[in-house]
Amino acid sequence: MQLARVIGTVVATVKNESLEGRKLLVVQTLNKDLEPTGKPMVAVDSVGAGVGELVFWCRGKEASFPFKREDTPTDCTIIAIVDSDAHVTQGSRA
Amino acid sequence: MILARVLGNVVATKKNHRYENASIMLCQQVTPEGEETATTVLALNAVDAGVGDTVLIVQEGWGASTASTGKAGAAIDSAIVGVVDYVDLLKDE
Repeated sequence: MQLARVIGTVVATVKNESLEGRKLLVVQTLNKDLEPTGKPMVAVDSVGAGVGELVFWCRGKEASFPFKREDTPTDCTIIAIVDSDAHVTQGSRA
Repeated sequence: MILARVLGNVVATKKNHRYENASIMLCQQVTPEGEETATTVLALNAVDAGVGDTVLIVQEGWGASTASTGKAGAAIDSAIVGVVDYVDLLKDE
């Protein structure tokens, strides 16, 4: 799983039927210091995240598991919203 | 599996229900020599590893999900499954 910032939304009217009703968001992956790293990607949302929020996402086949239809074609799904930037701690066991 | 060092943790109240009661650790991949690489990853803590520990992270969904939640089929792609005591490497000639 990787930390990321939601930086936008994607609207796609024509899509695979198992993506109907799903929210597509553009996420920018972040490193441990919450600085952008790598290219932005499109993720399916499973928790109600919005633009500007700090989230983390899951890659691969496991990304489709939050959805009822396990055939949801996604390889990148937002699975949690981090409470705030300060809730990413380093060096202590909070 | 990869070797990594635990840097800290992440708190997320709103999350996938299979993550309830799990601790989400921020980890940095290291080389077998123990040098840090640029790659960081979040992993669920299946062995109660702490900050500063060198750990083994499995990056395969079935194993990661089973180790950290007791059941397969969760949206988990990485889990800490061991705390490394030491890595024994052949010495360079």
